[in-house]
Formats: sequence, structure tokens, C-alpha cells
Amino acid sequence: MPKIKAPRSTPSIDMTIDMTPMVDLFFLLVTFFMLTATFRNEEPVTVDTPKSTSDKILPDNTMLITIDTAGRVFYSIDGYEVRIKTLKDVGEHYGVSFSDKQIANFGKMKSVGLPIGQLGGYLDLMPAARKPLDAVSKGIPIDTGLTEKNELAYWINFGQREAAVFQENKVAEDPNFMRQPLRYAIKADGETAYKKVKDVIAIFKKQNIYHFNLVTSQEAR
Amino acid sequence: MAELDTGGGGGHGKHQKKRAKKSSTRVDMTPMVDLACLLLTFFMLTTQFSKPKTMEMSVPKDVKDTAKQTKIDDDLAITILLDKNDKNKVYYYTGKFVLESTQLIETDLSDKGLRKFLATRNKAVIEKLNELRKKVARKEMTPEQYDDAQVKVQIAQKDAPFVILKTTGESTYNMVVDAIDELRIADIGKYALVDVSNAEKIVLFRKMGKPIPPEVLNDGVAPAPPAN
Repeated sequence: MPKIKAPRSTPSIDMTIDMTPMVDLFFLLVTFFMLTATFRNEEPVTVDTPKSTSDKILPDNTMLITIDTAGRVFYSIDGYEVRIKTLKDVGEHYGVSFSDKQIANFGKMKSVGLPIGQLGGYLDLMPAARKPLDAVSKGIPIDTGLTEKNELAYWINFGQREAAVFQENKVAEDPNFMRQPLRYAIKADGETAYKKVKDVIAIFKKQNIYHFNLVTSQEAR
Repeated sequence: MAELDTGGGGGHGKHQKKRAKKSSTRVDMTPMVDLACLLLTFFMLTTQFSKPKTMEMSVPKDVKDTAKQTKIDDDLAITILLDKNDKNKVYYYTGKFVLESTQLIETDLSDKGLRKFLATRNKAVIEKLNELRKKVARKEMTPEQYDDAQVKVQIAQKDAPFVILKTTGESTYNMVVDAIDELRIADIGKYALVDVSNAEKIVLFRKMGKPIPPEVLNDGVAPAPPAN
């Protein structure tokens, strides 16, 4: 190996490498990733999804139902505006009103897994203080019939409506806006008993949803 | 470009003392680079994994009227029964279900089990699709065109099997997804996800050596199993 010998004539005292191009590149990449990043919001439960060979990516504008191993159901819908409007609608239906702060907090949250009656108190808490509540919450109440007990059905129903209204408003603002139909997805833990998933599919069917995506993690064939 | 220099600590430079002032114009960029590097890694990781993969599913509408239900040719029907077990065992039968005579065949969700069986039954479709995949690999076809063509091939093949995936409530979601995945790998285009009937449960549990719950036995669908 030839040794790198510093030219005697070089006057500076430090041994430095000119890092400017490297830094330029790094900042370019950082800016790129910062601008393209869509943040993954923290979810109230960790769900270990089953593996599949499918390589389809979860589409945007999705209503996602998460089911954990205990069969607790969590609801989430894409889009800040749609989400807060859905909350207002569901609250109105059940006669629960929320303060502006609670609504703003809800907009920042990814998924909801509480009966509507308990949601207000939950939203008043700091995100860190919600953790212990997530552990003991029962999830969104579900029921086989379209009754008041079946809160998930109302979340789905109002979410559908608000997503449609949102799209219509967008089109009214800008005629070139590409409509994105609302998609549905179920994200369940691999160890969940299938009957819990089936219950949610049954609710989907009652709402005339026959096509949906199952969230999986990818594996090789 | 990279400027190399013997360090000041070594004190090799002859003119060190004279020109020391020149070096002070340089800013040490190391912390900045560290930070940029850290941010870069962070953003790269968060963006990469934030989009999960999904599997598309369709479920049939509930049709009460039996006359309007989809009729399946008995020769083409393959029924796969899933129930909770540790060894990923699944059971299947072909054709029509007859309580007295239907024999369940035991297999598993490995590549040598169910996949092999489905591949032999769905050979025609797989061969056609393999041709199409080669075209995609040769860039003669876009993946989108392939998706459309795949559906067409699967529908057009009149003797392609129709798989009915029947699950008891106790099967884990893992198993169900794995089974659907096997169907996808075997290029089965026609499949449905339904519940196991009580008569099938009797045969399934007997095969698995599981006790048959009384409510299943007393359903009235089936006579009591013969004592053996």
C-alpha cells in the first residue's frame, strides 16, 4: 500500500477532508425524504400481521379496521378533515359532543379503539397518558345487527359519507381533481381467531362493502 | 477534492507556525454531517416501511334465495377445511359433500402440501400465466396489462377449479391468510370464503380426532356418527 504523503507545501495544520460535496448530497437526500415522508402515526396496539406473497401496496384514502389478538377493534380513516368530521357525526348520532381541543386531538390520532362515550376523556389526556388506557380499552363495540350497540357500523357509515363529501368538495373546487374512491382494509394480528375477523367482514357486508384489502407483511414464495 | 494533510498534533509541518492562521477559516463540518446522516437514516427508514403490503379480497354477497346462488360444477369444486391446529394442517375434499362417504384428505400449508395439489389441478391456468409472466419479464407486457390478462385467463379457463375455503371460527387469521395466499400462488382465480357447515364439522373433527361439540351433533343436519 502506498502511503498517502502530505505534500510538504500544504500549509494548513489539520488533516481534513473536504466534506462539502458529501454534505451537499446528504442535505439533498434529507430534504427529499423529509418532503416525501408520510409519517406513521403511533397506533394504540401493535399488530403482527400475517405474511403473504402479495406485493400490492396499501392504497391511499383507506378506512382501516385493526383487530388485535384479543379481538378488540380499532377504527381509522385517512385524511384529517374526513376524520374529524366523522367523529362529529358519530358523536352527534350518539348524543356526545366534543370540544374543539378534543376534536383537534382526534385529528392527530391514528386509530380509535374506544366506545364513543369514553372518547372525550381519552382525548383530553396527553398522548403519553393514553397508553395505559389503550391496554385496558375494550375496542369499538361491535354487534351482529345494525343496532345502536354496533358503534363500528356507524363509524364505517359516517366515514364513508364524509369521505364522499370530501371528494365532492375537492371536485367542486378543482374540476381536474382525480376522484379517489375510499378503500377498505382489515389489519388483524395473525394470532387472532378468525371469527373475530369474520364479525368485522360481516359488518362490512351489511354496509355493502364486498371488496377490501387484508394488510399483510411480505414474504418470499 | 479531498485534501490530505498531516495533523497538527504530529507537528510534522515545517511551516506550521508560519501558516497556522490560514487553517482557522475552515469550519469543522463533522457534527453537521453526523446530524445529516442521522436524519437521512431516520427518514429513509420511516418512509420505506410506512406502506404496508396488502392482499385484495372479495367476499360474496349473502344470497338467501338458493336458486340465485352461484352453482359450482361438482367436478371442479375443491373444498378446503381449516380449523385451529398447531401443525398448519388443512383438510380438503373434492366434489360434492356427502356425510357418509366424503373422505377428507389431510395436507398442510407448506409448499409440498396444498400448493402441490392445487398446482396439479390448476395446471392449464398456471401454464398460460407462466407464458404471460415471461412476456412481462421480457418487457413485452406491462404489469398492469398482466393483471388484466390474468383475470381474463382465470375466467376463460372453463375447467379451472373453484376453491371453497371453509373456516371454523377457531382457525387463526394466520392460517386463513396463508391458505388464501396458497390459492394466489396456485393462480386460482375463483375462490370463496365461507363457513364450515355442521355436517362438515362432524367429518372434520372426526378426522382430526377432536371431540365433536354436542350442538354440532344435535344440529339435525346429520345423523350421529357410527360407533367404531
